[in-house]
Amino acid sequence: MAVQSNTRSAPPRVAFYNDPVIRGIIYQIIVAGLVIAFFVWIIANTAQNLAAQNKTTGFDFLFQTSGFGISFTLIPFDRASYYWEAFLVGLLNTLLVAAIGIVFATVIGFILGIARLSSNWLIARFATVYIEVIRNVPLLLQLFFWYFAVLKAMPAVRDSLALPLGVFINQRGLYVPRPIPDEQFGWVYVAIALAIAATIGVTIWARRRLEATGERFPVVAVNIAILIVVMVLGFIVSGASVAFEMPELQRFNFRGGLELPPEFVALAFGLTIYTAAFIAENVRSGIQAVNKGQTEAAQSLGLREGDRLRLVIIPQAMRVIIPPLTSQYLNLTKNSSLGAAIGYPELVNVFMGTTLNQTGKAIEVIAITMAVYLTLSLATSAFMNWYNARVALVER
Amino acid sequence: MSLSYVREEMVPPQPAPVRTTGVIAWARQNLFATPFDAVMTVIGVAFLIWAIPPIYNFIFPTFLGGDAVPPGGTVEDCRAAGAGACWAYISARMSFFIYGFYPPAEYWRPNLVFLLGALLIVPLLWPRAPFKRINALLFFVVYPIICYYLLNGGVFGLRRVPTEQWGGLLVTLIISLVGIICSMPIGILLALGRQSKLPIIKTLCVMFIELWRAVPLITILFMASIMLPLFMPQGTTVDKLLRALVGVTLFSSAYLAEVIRGGLQALPRGQYEAASSLGLSYWKSMGLIILPQALKHVIPGIVNSFIALFKDTSLVSIVGIFDLLNTVQAASSDINWSSPTQAVTGYLFAAFVFWIFCFAMSRYSIWMERRLDTGHKR
Repeated sequence: MAVQSNTRSAPPRVAFYNDPVIRGIIYQIIVAGLVIAFFVWIIANTAQNLAAQNKTTGFDFLFQTSGFGISFTLIPFDRASYYWEAFLVGLLNTLLVAAIGIVFATVIGFILGIARLSSNWLIARFATVYIEVIRNVPLLLQLFFWYFAVLKAMPAVRDSLALPLGVFINQRGLYVPRPIPDEQFGWVYVAIALAIAATIGVTIWARRRLEATGERFPVVAVNIAILIVVMVLGFIVSGASVAFEMPELQRFNFRGGLELPPEFVALAFGLTIYTAAFIAENVRSGIQAVNKGQTEAAQSLGLREGDRLRLVIIPQAMRVIIPPLTSQYLNLTKNSSLGAAIGYPELVNVFMGTTLNQTGKAIEVIAITMAVYLTLSLATSAFMNWYNARVALVER
Repeated sequence: MSLSYVREEMVPPQPAPVRTTGVIAWARQNLFATPFDAVMTVIGVAFLIWAIPPIYNFIFPTFLGGDAVPPGGTVEDCRAAGAGACWAYISARMSFFIYGFYPPAEYWRPNLVFLLGALLIVPLLWPRAPFKRINALLFFVVYPIICYYLLNGGVFGLRRVPTEQWGGLLVTLIISLVGIICSMPIGILLALGRQSKLPIIKTLCVMFIELWRAVPLITILFMASIMLPLFMPQGTTVDKLLRALVGVTLFSSAYLAEVIRGGLQALPRGQYEAASSLGLSYWKSMGLIILPQALKHVIPGIVNSFIALFKDTSLVSIVGIFDLLNTVQAASSDINWSSPTQAVTGYLFAAFVFWIFCFAMSRYSIWMERRLDTGHKR
């Protein structure tokens, strides 16, 4: 084995400031220095300004009584409650409207996305018009429209609009019957849990049998039947009953039932309508991203229509759809902060609005609010990275 | 007996093929292909018959057969039972929607700004117009400076008009234009910083981008309007409009940075290596080789960010700036024009203005994308 002597000559001497490594270090020191100086300057200014205004900093304000009321709360809250409870109320209201918006926007968005690709000209046109109109108008304007022009223009309480199933709508909000389960109703939940376990079992058994023998089993139909039968049986056998408390028009207002304030209805409705248009576009591009050859290949393997969609097209489309879908969910959650503009008591309204105005703790309040959204966002992107890694195409 | 595989008698004539062109064939293919399609079509047509007449009557003025009150009508017409949209109210308050509280004697100044902007932007967007470089320089650098002095006044004997009096469409356009012009270079720098091999620079850029992208714009606007005065040395006052501009620009630049990063990542490594092998410095290789290609890749994404920015400008109304949406909202409580349809008409008008701008931008981006497509895709 010939040993090759190192005949490479020494690298040409360059001035140290032309060496890329040293240059990089110098640049970074300069940038870091500038950033640190900037922050020091800001902090010094802030401290000076706060001192001039005789303000203190610190998070102890969270344990002071708030002294204000909130119109719509999921947990008990009154004037004697603390500021941290106000924060919690706002956070829960944000999460509530976001959860409802996400569910409905997903359903409507998928329907619209598929409708836009429909071979039916009229249906495709409807979906296109909806998407192009809704996407190109600001959400805040839409919320104003639903809140001020639609819900506020509803009839007064006295002549509320009666919808089917005991639902009433008027200026003060939407009134729906409130289900009141009795004590026996716990058994129904048990029955539902059992039914779900049974369906999972059936699905696993059917897949094993399909793999072993090639025989098919009508999984979906059987599972639906199991769910319905077990639920009804549980309901009858346990003797449970559900009373519906109907909203009733009293002298000045409705009594009983579940009262949804107009702010909540407008915000949930507006967010759903707006986000659905974006989700529809994601769904459409996801489906279109699956090569036509995939459909043809599945056909040539002899897969039937349902299997072709379930086993070949949808898994590939979902890989394209899920990442933008999660970011739409995140957008919806962030957009729920616009509820502050129509008076829905969510995080920004309750905390950055009322609490900030009452306590004057601008820095702390804004930091906490931003931290909440930052956490939500980081959690979402963590999920997205995990999902992307899981479904990434393994290339040769 | 002769064996023959050739027919001797004529084939009986076949009926003419089912039409494959024309209205009926089209309807059969596109509206009634399957029973489900047929049901959907019938439902759709029923919906149109139910929905179109009331909408038409509401929007179109009386001389076109609708119920709306045309411009020039009186408030009594709008208050009449069964009246549609009150366009008379829109036309009466139009100057408020366009200029806000700008003094009427000085309306020529915003008008000149609009005119100059249109004169500069049309050739800029029209690919075959000459002098692109000068045009871009004029639009992106000279025009904003002229606009500032023209609108703000205080020089050349122009009356000073404080920004509190600016409003309406003027402010909406100013915020979106400043946002677009300022966020583009910041976004490019952030995207390059995020791709950088220098750890401190990369970390700083990632933190900046992720922070701004994570929080809603409304919290940033609140932050800008409450915290910016705290951050400044004592005695400095920051203009309210400027605070909103800073918030919008930072927010938008973080989104743009992520879009541009997509373009940078889509470029094959060979382009970077080719640039280095030519001996180009970092900035030259970025400016001459990488960015022109990367930016071209992400034109649709960039325009989408601009559309989002344009729509998001409506949020400044929450921090008390009179943009188009806020002027419409404020005017809807104008008792001189109070009528049942006043609010709805205002929102329809604002929605229409926003829609025109956003839809035009999205069409332009689709058109540009097709034009710039150099056929590298499959």
